[in-house]
Amino acid sequence: MLKLENCRIINGGFAVEADLAVAPGVCAAVIGPSGAGKSTLIEAIAGFLPVSRGGISWNGADLTAAPPGKRPIAMLFQDGNLFPHLTVAQNVALGIHASLRLADAERRQVEEALARVGLADMGNRKPAALSGGQQSRVALARVLVQGRDLLLLDEPFAALGPALKAEMLDLVAELARESGATVLMVSHDPNDARRIADQVVLVADGRAHAPQQTTQMLDNPPPALRAYLGMA
Amino acid sequence: MAGRAQPISAFPGIGAALVVAALILGTLAAVAARAEAGTGFGVSDWAALRFTLTQASLSALLSVGLAIPVARALARRRFPGRRLLIALLGAPFILPVIVAILGLLAVFGRAGWLSSLLGLFGLEPVQIYGLHGVVLAHVFFNLPLATRLILQGWQEIPAERFRLAAQLNAGPLAMWQLLEAPMLRRAAPGALAVVFAICLSSFAVALTLGGGPRATTIELAIYQAFRFDFDLGRAALLSGLQLGLTGAAALVALRVSAGEGFGAGLDRAVQRWDGHSRFSRGLDMFWIFLSAAFLLLPLAAIVLAGLPGLAALKGTVWQAAGNSILVSGFSTVILLALALPMAAAVAAGRDGMTELAGILGLAASPLVIGTGLFILIHPIADPFALALPVTALVNAVMALPFAMRILVPRAREVLGRYGRLSLSLDMQGWAFVRHVYLPRMRAQTGFAAGLAAALSMGDLGVVALFADPDFATLPLQIYRLMGAYRMEAAAGAALLLLVLSMGAFWILDRGGRWHAEA
Repeated sequence: MLKLENCRIINGGFAVEADLAVAPGVCAAVIGPSGAGKSTLIEAIAGFLPVSRGGISWNGADLTAAPPGKRPIAMLFQDGNLFPHLTVAQNVALGIHASLRLADAERRQVEEALARVGLADMGNRKPAALSGGQQSRVALARVLVQGRDLLLLDEPFAALGPALKAEMLDLVAELARESGATVLMVSHDPNDARRIADQVVLVADGRAHAPQQTTQMLDNPPPALRAYLGMA
Repeated sequence: MAGRAQPISAFPGIGAALVVAALILGTLAAVAARAEAGTGFGVSDWAALRFTLTQASLSALLSVGLAIPVARALARRRFPGRRLLIALLGAPFILPVIVAILGLLAVFGRAGWLSSLLGLFGLEPVQIYGLHGVVLAHVFFNLPLATRLILQGWQEIPAERFRLAAQLNAGPLAMWQLLEAPMLRRAAPGALAVVFAICLSSFAVALTLGGGPRATTIELAIYQAFRFDFDLGRAALLSGLQLGLTGAAALVALRVSAGEGFGAGLDRAVQRWDGHSRFSRGLDMFWIFLSAAFLLLPLAAIVLAGLPGLAALKGTVWQAAGNSILVSGFSTVILLALALPMAAAVAAGRDGMTELAGILGLAASPLVIGTGLFILIHPIADPFALALPVTALVNAVMALPFAMRILVPRAREVLGRYGRLSLSLDMQGWAFVRHVYLPRMRAQTGFAAGLAAALSMGDLGVVALFADPDFATLPLQIYRLMGAYRMEAAAGAALLLLVLSMGAFWILDRGGRWHAEA
């Protein structure tokens, strides 16, 4: 269970408050107007922004003061998820050891992860030799070998076309189901939420609301979401 | 964002900055402790101060004054070889001073091309030694720099402004008032200050073309007090004066100059609709031709004069060349060991002191550091035996400000782009340095290393202070050959030095970009 208790996150000039819990194994979409603080919320959970009040915990373990790399979290950013000078296999291997010194078993683990996302035998290529969709798959293979409990997505597929984005979201949902990971994904498209999210966290008016069932929320939106979705 | 966690520690960089600051300030303190308060300034010291200021002012005014029409011509003309000429404008920066001086002597000296040409008309040969020789050499080195700085100003005028001016049918005068004069009011003071600051600490040029009571810079006076009179007190007093002067000038130069001379995108020609008259076209071609000839003739003279001497080079020259390669190699390694951590520290947000240490290098004069190191080393070891490491160290510190200008922007980019990803992968410290920082910095590291290697290879400064008669670097050996009037051997050695400097720059710069992914 991911818990944000009475949290206040300050990012430059504005603040977001959050008091909510996400159950383990759930895939939750974080939606809301742009500038409302969706990324701020995600960055605080990942440890890139400090909370000025309250605390964050995972399954009872306090994460509030832990540095980003020590949290049980894997994260994909909007862009720059791969190092262009490292090979595909090295980019994945970073998820196991940042030193890139891998045992044979770990090397096999990298190969299996690449095969799982459909990139078998691509390990020696550089990211520049791959398509945008394939690059996203490499990043997901790394998430796979990281084996963290929580996966945070800050719109990593925003630059892909609609069909490719849907394919990636399905892959995320599949991988999360297999590993039992809890997913929090920022999105500005309610269709993304409908596609793979069980629950929706609405961020609006400086507040992250507790998660609601996706269909229920989107079919019966509260006023803030109604305005965002452009429904009268 | 300040205080944000970074995958790289600022402490090694702060440590490196402390080493640099300790070196510069420690040697200054050593010098100050030896400066005798009672002696005060003598007549010759005031003459040195006056000459230093006069030559630096004249050099700055002439360099910038000539750079304005050249930059204007380059900004508005397109012709074959334009890119090459602009690239060539960067070359004097890494051209060894002694090589350029031999080239200038071959063209403008008593027995040079110009004097021979004048002789055909029964005119007296020109005189290159003294104030005008020093200024000529400084203009040779700084006209290209000033041209690049001002060309940058021209290219920062948005293309839309030129379109608008053309639409309004602005003539040359209106164009000048509307666009060019305001730009020059911004760009020219910076260029003036930079050239002035550079010329203040002129040593090698004054050593070879100046000298005597009427053409001695403060740097040269420090050298003479030290080398000929072994008057450490007076050397120290002059060092203090020099440091105050260069420090003040460097501060002014940094304050008024925003651009940085290596600027990218200088080869882009803005489309212009004015200046199509035959007169202005002829004028521009005149300036381009003149500046190209002024830059290229001395270089051509070195190659022509050096080729016959190259075959007859003695063992001492090859030995000196070996020393120069060693000094240059050590110096480059020291520079990178200082600059890479410092750039990381600045990029990680701990900029204040680290950047200050880089700037101190701009204000410091090699002769002052050299004097201080001599005073410090003298009681515990034989300073002359340490000529090689001392020269390498001082050269590295002198190259540091330039290296920082190259490395810091890229380091900021690397941390900005990959900092969060690396943190989320728990990749920090050495793993980040090895797998991200160094690989992503490779092209800039190569460029900075190339500059440092070339500068150190051609340096004739602190080595003149520390070398005993049995030890020489190649530039010092060339100076000694010139002093013995063995001009052919000097020209051959100068050609060798030119090849070594340019070769070192080319190899390191290329090496950095070899197989580098964007």
